[in-house]
Order: sequence, then C-alpha cells, then structure tokens
Amino acid sequence: MPERIYITGLGLISAIGMDVEENFASLEKQYSGIGEIQYLETIHKGEIPVAEVKATDEELFDRVGINPVKGYTRTALLSINAAREAVEMSGSELSNDKRTGIISATTVGGMVKSENHYLDFLNNDNSNIYIGTHDCGDATEKVASYFGFKGFMTTISTACSSSLNSIMLGARMIRNGKLDRVLVGGADALSRFTINGFNTLMILDRDGCKPFDENRNGLTLGEGAAFIVLESGTSSIKNNRKILGEVKGWANANDAYHQTASSPEGEGAYMAMSKALKMSGMDVTDIDYINAHGTGTINNDLSEGKAIEKLFGIKMPKVSSTKPYTGHTLGAAGVIEAVFSILAIKNRVVFPNMNFKQPMKELSFSPVKEFLEEQKVHKVLTNSFGFGGNNSTIIVSDVS
Amino acid sequence: MSEIFINGIGAVTPQHTHDNARFLEHIEIYDHNNLRCVNPNFKEFIPPMELRRMSRIIRMGIASARISMKEAGVEMPDAIITGTGMGCVEDTEKFLISMIDNKELLLTPTSFIRSTHNTVGAQIALKLKCHNYNFTYVHRGFSFENVLQDAIMLIREGDAGNVLAGGIDETSDNHYSISGRLGFWKDKPVRNLDLLKERSNGTIAGEGSVFAMLSNVKGEKDYGRLTDIDTFISPESHLYTKQRIENFLGQSNLNPGDIDLVILGYSGDIRYDEVFDTIRNSLFSGIPAAYFKHLCGEYYTSSSFAFWLAAQILEKQFIPAVVKLDDLNPNGINNVLIYNHFMEHHHTLMLLSK
Amino acid sequence: MEELIERLKGEIIEVLNLEDVEPEEIDADAPLFGEGLGLDSIDALELIVLLEKNYGIKIEDPKDGKKIFFSVRSMAEYITEHKGK
Repeated sequence: MPERIYITGLGLISAIGMDVEENFASLEKQYSGIGEIQYLETIHKGEIPVAEVKATDEELFDRVGINPVKGYTRTALLSINAAREAVEMSGSELSNDKRTGIISATTVGGMVKSENHYLDFLNNDNSNIYIGTHDCGDATEKVASYFGFKGFMTTISTACSSSLNSIMLGARMIRNGKLDRVLVGGADALSRFTINGFNTLMILDRDGCKPFDENRNGLTLGEGAAFIVLESGTSSIKNNRKILGEVKGWANANDAYHQTASSPEGEGAYMAMSKALKMSGMDVTDIDYINAHGTGTINNDLSEGKAIEKLFGIKMPKVSSTKPYTGHTLGAAGVIEAVFSILAIKNRVVFPNMNFKQPMKELSFSPVKEFLEEQKVHKVLTNSFGFGGNNSTIIVSDVS
Repeated sequence: MSEIFINGIGAVTPQHTHDNARFLEHIEIYDHNNLRCVNPNFKEFIPPMELRRMSRIIRMGIASARISMKEAGVEMPDAIITGTGMGCVEDTEKFLISMIDNKELLLTPTSFIRSTHNTVGAQIALKLKCHNYNFTYVHRGFSFENVLQDAIMLIREGDAGNVLAGGIDETSDNHYSISGRLGFWKDKPVRNLDLLKERSNGTIAGEGSVFAMLSNVKGEKDYGRLTDIDTFISPESHLYTKQRIENFLGQSNLNPGDIDLVILGYSGDIRYDEVFDTIRNSLFSGIPAAYFKHLCGEYYTSSSFAFWLAAQILEKQFIPAVVKLDDLNPNGINNVLIYNHFMEHHHTLMLLSK
Repeated sequence: MEELIERLKGEIIEVLNLEDVEPEEIDADAPLFGEGLGLDSIDALELIVLLEKNYGIKIEDPKDGKKIFFSVRSMAEYITEHKGK
C-alpha cells in the first residue's frame, strides 16, 4: 500500500483575512479583498484595483513576534505568517531530523524590495541587505530559520502554478519514502514589477476580475501566502494528528502552445485534470466541486472551461473561481485555493464565483452563484495554470 | 530499484564544452572575474524568428538541451526539469530598469514574460511540443541537485523513462557588480587558472548551462549512472560534513576508499575553502582529487559543471590535467563523488558511478 | 504615406528585433501576422506601445490591434487618420 498523504495543518494569509478562520468568514460573507491600492507605491494607484493583504510590514512582523528589522521582504513576512499557523495547527514541530522538509514556491521572490532599491544596488552600498533577499530561495530560508529548521528545503518557481507544484512535490517525497512530514506552500507579495508586467499584457480588469463571465476583461492581482502540513499516514497515526483531509491525486502537464497564452481547447489543462483523476482512482462523478484557476482573462477561462467541459461532459460538478475574493496571488494561488478546497470539504460548502453575471457563450456550464451550505462535498479538484503552459491539478478529499 | 543512466549530456559554459567529441583540449583563459559562456552557433539550434526574442540564458539552455537529447537519441522526453538560482537575469533587469527609468509608463511585455524562472524549461517544451511534466527549482545552491533528485524520483516512480534535466544560470554586468557588494568576488582581476594560488577573499563569477538526458535504460553513450544526491544547509562543523559524506556513501554501500575521484568545489575564497582541505585530508587522502570553478566561475548552479566533468571523465576514463589537484592516477574510474558548496551555505553531494 | 511606411518598417524591425530582416524585404501590403512576417500576439502588444511612444496614439483594446496591424500600410493609414486627435 502506498503511503497516504494526510493534511494535518493549514495556514493562510490573503486580502480577505489574516488567518484561515478569517478567510473562511470572508468567503461566507462574500467579502472581496479587491480594492484601491493602499500599501504599494505605484503610479497605478486608483487606476488598477488589486487585492492587498490588509496590513503593513510592521504589522506582519508583529503578528509573528519578530522585532521589525531590515532584511525581511513582504514575501518572507507573508510566508512566516502562514507557515506559523499551519505548523501550530498540525501540532507538529519542524524537528531537525532527516524526515521533515520545507517546500515553498514563489514567482518573483523579493522583487518588492529589489524594485525600490535597485538604483542603490547599482550605485552604492545603502541597500545591500536587500541584495540577498531578491532571489526565490530567500523567503523559504526565512521560514526555515524562523523555526530553527535545517533539514531538507527547496523552492519551486513555475509561474502561477508554483505552489500547487510544491504540494505535489511534498506528496511525492512522502510517497517515495524520503520524508514523513513536509510543510508545503508558497507566497508572493504584490510588486510594481508584476502589476506593470501584467499591465503590458493588457490583461488587468479595471473593475476587478469576473471569472467565467461573458464580459470578463482580465485578471486582478493579489498577494498572500499559504502553507499546508502534509504527513504520511503512518506518521500521522503514530503522532495522533488531527487529520483535516487527504491529497488523493496530482499531475503536472504542459500546454506547449504559447509562452503566455493557453491553447483554445485547453489541452494541457485537460491532461493535468485527467491524469490527476486517474491517479486518484476516481471517476468524474466522484468530484463534487472544482475550484478553478479562473483568472478572469478571456483566454484562461475559455481554455480552462473547455477542458473542464471535455472531461466532465454532462456530469458537471459545481465549479467556481475564488479569485474575485483574493485576486490572483501568482505563486501563492495554488496553495491558497487548495486550502479553500479543504475548507469547502470541512464545512460542507461551495463558494460562489463572485462577480459572475452572464454565462460565456462558448460554455455549456455556469459557475456557482451563491454560497451553498449543507452540501455533499467530499472530493474537490483544484487547478493552477501558469506562464510557459505549466498546468497543475490536485485532488483533495475527506478521509474515508 | 531502477538505475539512472546518463545517456547524453550538453554543456554551454565558459569553456569549449558544447562539442562532446572534445574534452577540455583547449582551455579558455580569462583575466577578468566575470566569466561568460563560449557560444556555439545558436542558429544551428534555434530558427532566427525565435532567436530574436531570446536572451542568452534561453539560448544557452535550448542549445545544451538539444545537444544532450541528440546524443541520447531522444526526441520527446517524458519530463523536463530545470534548476536556476537567479533565473532570467537579463530579462528581469531589462524590465526592472525600463520600469524605473520610464516611471512605469510605456513598457513592453517581452522581457516581462521571459523573466519568469521557468522560461527555459517552458521554451524547450514549446519547441518540442512536449506536454509532459515540467518543473523548475529555484533554491539557490541546491537548484541543480533538486532537479536531479526529482529526476531520480520520477524514473523510480515509473512515471518517466527519459528525463531531460538541466541547471542554468546567466551572469550580467549588473548582476556581477550587485552581488559583488556582498563580497562574493575578488577585488582584483585574477587569471582564472591561478584561482587557487591567489589566497584571498572572494572568487570569480561565472555562468553556464548543463543538460543531461537521464534514463532507466542504458544508452549507446556511457556517461555512467547517477547514483545518489544529497543537500544540506549551513552545517555546524566540518565534522558534521565529514559524517554526512560518510553516511551518504554508506547509503550506496561505499566507503571513502571506494571513490576513485573526488571533485571538490574549491572557489579560491580562503574564507570558505578550508572544509574542502579537511574533507580531502580526512576522508580521501591518497585518492585523486579535482576542482572546476577555475574553468566556469561561481554561480548557484556551478555544480552542474562538475556533473558534466564527472560524466565526461567516466566516459573517457581520463582526468584532464587542468582539473587535477594532485599527481595521482587511479586504475580505472568507477566512482566519482562531487562535493560542492555555495559560499559555505548550500552543501551538496552527487555520486556518479560507472 | 510612402515616407511613413518606410519609417514604420525601420521601427518595426527595431522594436521586434527582426535582426535578419531588411526594410525592403517587408511588403507594405502583406500580412504582418501568421503568414507573411510571422508575428504573434506578443508582437502586437509591442506594436501597441510603439504607436503610443512614437505617434502618441493610444489603443485601449488589444483586440483592435488585429485590424490596425494587418499590414504596414494599414498601420500607416491608421496613424495618418488618428495622429494629433
């Protein structure tokens, strides 16, 4: 019997809440975190809406009991906030044995500092402390040193699917017998670099994203971090953990169509979903809810929608995108939505796809419009797709 | 458990490594501290319409990947895994500088979309129309080793027969001067071949791209097998490192005496090189030792150069004089251990065997 | 018009890094995208910025690019029509 991959801890910080409980309350109240830019300095303030975590860096330090010092990026602070909650919830410690690991993910790492200090980097020694926080590994190592952890660690960066891939790698390392427990997740802080980058692609919706709507006009960027503690079945039982769910299937496939755009028929998306489903040993009818990637761009929602349609046909489960709440959090999106998927199972609910009004003419299905309670939600599929055609799917379930 | 064979290798580095028929015959000598790759004719690997938007790292990556695939006779790998510490430095700088200079106005998308860390892996997939598993590791001095670790797992899971695995980093003038502020590089220009003679702080910067075609079946080319990988961070003492190496070899039922060649990550930085002396003297005295950073410079995935070196040595059963640390000559080379660290923080072990 | 077309050819070669293409090789009436020069959607975004930067013409909806950037001539016509508006 292959090892089972249990979920024993969750931690989450996003524009709709500072922890898991607050996030769930916002989902329930249909409160969106999208609004005018408050914290980031950019000329796009007032023009491009975003979903910022509602806290200054100082407040993020304070929440985890670190005295504000230089050398921490917002990405690292978001990471530590979410990682601490996940580890506390799991009741485990990140002990320094060879059986524990940390796997994180990000797209732009410490860019939020680099972009403000880059002229210093080039011209003087005033901001040297942020040179070493630029790369993707920095936030991961900040999390590790917060816990005094020196075991296995790595960082993944596959654009917007990054953190779903960190869950996948963690699960594989447990199944391969390399680790017993692993903290997996990801983080991205909003930066001028990403706002301007997506703006050049002309895919930022000036009114906030409207996934799967006929009149959708782009995505809305957000920021956040989430972590999940995965633990092998054997280790969870031995340590008497409270088991919150199980990772049943995973897959990564490449669309191989275009550097940024998805193929019109969603070939890579279809492959990732069907492969994950096959691995989980489930049938399409077993899936109760799909937390879609659903960014709100014309291209993604059509491509993903077509792929979902092709796989599920008339046996369509409930579908929604939660990006109208949190915005598209890039490297954190996969794991944030995996946490939402587990919350859906735990609370027997399905989250509505806010901002949806008019069905897309190309699709036969519409996303969920209302917050649904007392639902049968045992198994959830969640997608994350990124630049470079990087498509990932995982399937989580309750523990049967 | 499945063995992992190295059936093809491709390297674009500051040395003439892109032609596998030659093995460090002509050594490129540098008298500055920021080593750049010797370029193959990229037009042989990439059509001009595609080349026009490709920064150096993408060109280097695609060319070396192509070389390794061709050698292994693989047209469609079952997985593409890349590792890079800094990612697409040139495109990132380009977008960042134009954003700062133009005050966030009138920016164009090309450098932004090509700045993501998975660009090289994605571009290879796009070229091949390869829909398979595609991952990118970005953890500093572990990036390349994480790639190999994943490749081994994938093959042993039975999910892949052939894995294209690569480590890539590019340098730039800005990257060199910025990381120089952290004391990474030597103050004065040093001739690369004199790297270990200088006895001063800092090392020389470099870059490179090494791809290998790993497989569960032995191919025509015999670059040996990738046996095991280990990574560990900031060990508390040289003694810990020594024990870690002994345990690592023990996992493959080997003793230090079974190693025919140890390749060490000497960088010429006297602050960080001591552990290599300790390990060499305590575990591997009397065993041939080699070094490599004088040929490729230091960067987060520089150990990929050592991997290339080990594979070539296993295939050709010959240790070029330019990498030798001693006059010892083994009788047959069956087991090669690579021990590297990046600035004494990220320590890695790789074991390759005949 | 012909002067503008020649100028545009040079600008297109420059912003799109068409290193191996000479201005005289570009047919003013041939399609820029797909067949013809073989440009793609990212090039279209680059051309949108070119129009704003060099001619002060702002295109809000990338979908409009399809018609405007059909050929060098259609670009020149669009610029003549909208310049200074």
